[in-house]
Amino acid sequence: MSQFSVPWTTRYRPSGSVFARNAVVVGALLGGGGVFGLGVAESALKGHPAATFLLGIGPLATAAALVVLAIVIKAWRGVESFLMRAAFPILLGAIAGTTLGVFFGALFFEWVQSLIGHAANDRTRFTYFGGELLLSEIAAALPNLPRLVHGAVWLFQFPLVRDLVNLGVIFGVINVVPAYMIWWERKIAGRIQSRLGPMRVGRWHGWAQTVADGVKLIFKEDLIPDGADKPLFKLAAYLAFVPVVLAFVALPFGATYVFREMDVALVFILAMMGIEVVGVILAGWASNNKWSVYGAMREACQMVAYEIPMGLALILPVIAAGTLNLNHIVSAQDGGWFNWLAFRNPFLFAGFACYYIASLASCKRAPFDLPESESELVAGFHTEYSGFRWSLFFFAEYAAMFVVSGLAVILYLGGWNSFIPPHWVAGVGEGALGRAVEGLLVSGPLWFFAKVIFLLYVQLWLRWTLPRIRIDQVLYACVQVMLPLTMLLLIGNVLWVWADTAWFGGGWAGLSRVMNWALGGIGAMFMFGFVAIAGYGFYHRRRLVGNLVVDPLPAS
Amino acid sequence: MSLQVGILWLCVTALPALAHEEAASGVGTGVVYAVPGGWFEAVMFYVFAGTAVLSAIGVCVSRSVVRMATWLFFALGAISVLYFLLAATFIAAIQLIVYVGGVLILLIFGVMLTSQSPWVRFTPSRLNLAVAGLICVGLLVCLSSILLEADFGAPLSTTPGVTVEAIGRRMLTHYLVPFEIAGVLLMIVMVGAAHLARQEKQ
Amino acid sequence: MLTIGLTHYLIVSAVLFCAGVFTMATKRNAIGILIGVELVLNSANVNLVAFDRYRAGLMDGQIAALFVIVLAAAEAALAVAICMNFYKNLVTVDVDQGDVLRG
Repeated sequence: MSQFSVPWTTRYRPSGSVFARNAVVVGALLGGGGVFGLGVAESALKGHPAATFLLGIGPLATAAALVVLAIVIKAWRGVESFLMRAAFPILLGAIAGTTLGVFFGALFFEWVQSLIGHAANDRTRFTYFGGELLLSEIAAALPNLPRLVHGAVWLFQFPLVRDLVNLGVIFGVINVVPAYMIWWERKIAGRIQSRLGPMRVGRWHGWAQTVADGVKLIFKEDLIPDGADKPLFKLAAYLAFVPVVLAFVALPFGATYVFREMDVALVFILAMMGIEVVGVILAGWASNNKWSVYGAMREACQMVAYEIPMGLALILPVIAAGTLNLNHIVSAQDGGWFNWLAFRNPFLFAGFACYYIASLASCKRAPFDLPESESELVAGFHTEYSGFRWSLFFFAEYAAMFVVSGLAVILYLGGWNSFIPPHWVAGVGEGALGRAVEGLLVSGPLWFFAKVIFLLYVQLWLRWTLPRIRIDQVLYACVQVMLPLTMLLLIGNVLWVWADTAWFGGGWAGLSRVMNWALGGIGAMFMFGFVAIAGYGFYHRRRLVGNLVVDPLPAS
Repeated sequence: MSLQVGILWLCVTALPALAHEEAASGVGTGVVYAVPGGWFEAVMFYVFAGTAVLSAIGVCVSRSVVRMATWLFFALGAISVLYFLLAATFIAAIQLIVYVGGVLILLIFGVMLTSQSPWVRFTPSRLNLAVAGLICVGLLVCLSSILLEADFGAPLSTTPGVTVEAIGRRMLTHYLVPFEIAGVLLMIVMVGAAHLARQEKQ
Repeated sequence: MLTIGLTHYLIVSAVLFCAGVFTMATKRNAIGILIGVELVLNSANVNLVAFDRYRAGLMDGQIAALFVIVLAAAEAALAVAICMNFYKNLVTVDVDQGDVLRG
């Protein structure tokens, strides 16, 4: 067949039985090869665990992945119907599985680390790659399990292996977060406009819409304009995507859920948000399109301008907490919601609002979405992009939204601490179960994600409510309003923190506490009002938006 | 496709480089493959020093200004990884935020504002190129021979600790006057640039 | 070769310096010259930080590098403003055309 044909069009439909037979044969061959390799490895290499793992598990996993991929591609119709039936359980299972997997993975890593700590510290041993744990020591710790498990555990004592696993988790988060944010944004846009949003793909509220769009985008033709600067055009999409990945490296999700704990994490993340712009500007320039260049220039001046108030607003909590380390900043905010930095003093309260506005501008969300405004610039810098490269820009944008919201949560809203004061839950005990309950419910990544999701919801809400402002208004708002305001807030915050620590003694402390409780009360009232209104809207949704019905498709 | 694989590979290799900070400061003992003087540091150094050098040569040879800025981007990024390897994390982060996030964007913005056509190129004369190339290669040979001959003594045995706090303390005590002067200078530059770039009232 | 020392960093910095000087000497676009200046400043910074790491250890080199970065940012902002004025007056950024003050 000379022409490329998509397997699930009507033109090309292989008969199921032949394909199933072939799949079984291929799977049996690959699986048999894997088992054979396992045997060879066991006998020839005297059961060296790395060899066991690589020679045995590697082919087996590859075979399984290949067979699954072949089934998905060849028998798309069958898989699709299966997905449509099992949609909601798969979605819930994926979320729960990711959370629990990360949690128990961290526990597992800690356990391996403690094994290393208890191992005989014989430094004369061969430690070229940093490994210090012998197989016999693992076998002594896990006597009832097969040797294969011992080999896998042995592999995880190497920091490089753990880093690679963690990197895989980060890539997973970066792929899953934008996919569900896009679906969620479409649902919210629909509800705000009294529509339903995507309702078809995946049956339950169109949950698989983004997955289907992703498959479509990967198979789309990859267009590069004739007059474009081709290497730069190709490069720009990656330059927009890679810095966001690097920002996730330094962003902590929980006290121990961080890839690299850096003492300059805040500056590093801010720098990565700034570097992302280079990709956008180069994309606009390399497209050789008038509208793209306009979009790129708008992006350049908007970003360079808004980084200053954003940076100043980020300095405020750093001054209040006295450290640049994000973990220490969060641990300075535990003990209930009124201890969060946003409620410490009025300057920080206003600084939170300033940071939020500047972060909207810095990840080019409405009402600051001038670089990609559809109605004036025909999508601006990504006019000429299609397919996979286009989707890279959107992955970068939604992941950047997550990162700036995460920074807001870490710096101002208590990070992964819950709003519950710790003495309410003093009964939570020690041990693995107690730690699990504490990590999941009292202070842990679930709280971080909940707060981030709330801030993301506010971003989407603003986008679908506010009109886009003009570019001169954008720059006016930055240079003549935000910049002096954040500078004043900085001075005020420095004076307040100084007075808090060194001045006036008891009188000032009383004023500070009263202000703290007042601001905390405002925050709690805002949150309570939000929840009440949202609950009211949800309860009366039929009356408020009408009874929206999904008609069945003509073909089904 | 090779480009995509290459960039992902670069990303993956760049990440553990940041581990150096922990190893140097002794905060986390979990990452032991990036100790100073280890094999990993050597690999990272050669990869990123090579990137910096090749990008600098790319700046020299490319004609389009935007291409030059792109090569400069890679050179600056590789130099910041070198700072990470030198355990100067604060300088590395500042390099990324000021140079890559600020100066480079300003330069590209300047190119966009001042170009007559999208592909503005000024070709230098051959004589100019030859003389400049000769002088620069000679300079490089002289410098490298001196550097390879020179004896800088034994390297410092202690590794520096957490740098941010130390830099802050030293900056606000020992270097207070230069710090203030830099602040005044920045304000003068801000006013001056705003004045220079101002539109004349019609 | 495998133990990275001061000389390695100094040689990298020398190459960057020569590349920057070559760029400054051969480019006629004002912004191209500016890019060369940035390369030279960066090579100086690599020197400062490397000497700080391997010889002094008192953060002096890092603070000097910070001041260099501050000055480079200020210089870039001013130079881009001057380029824009140059372009406004001469409708080009070719520095060889800027000879109106020659007697």
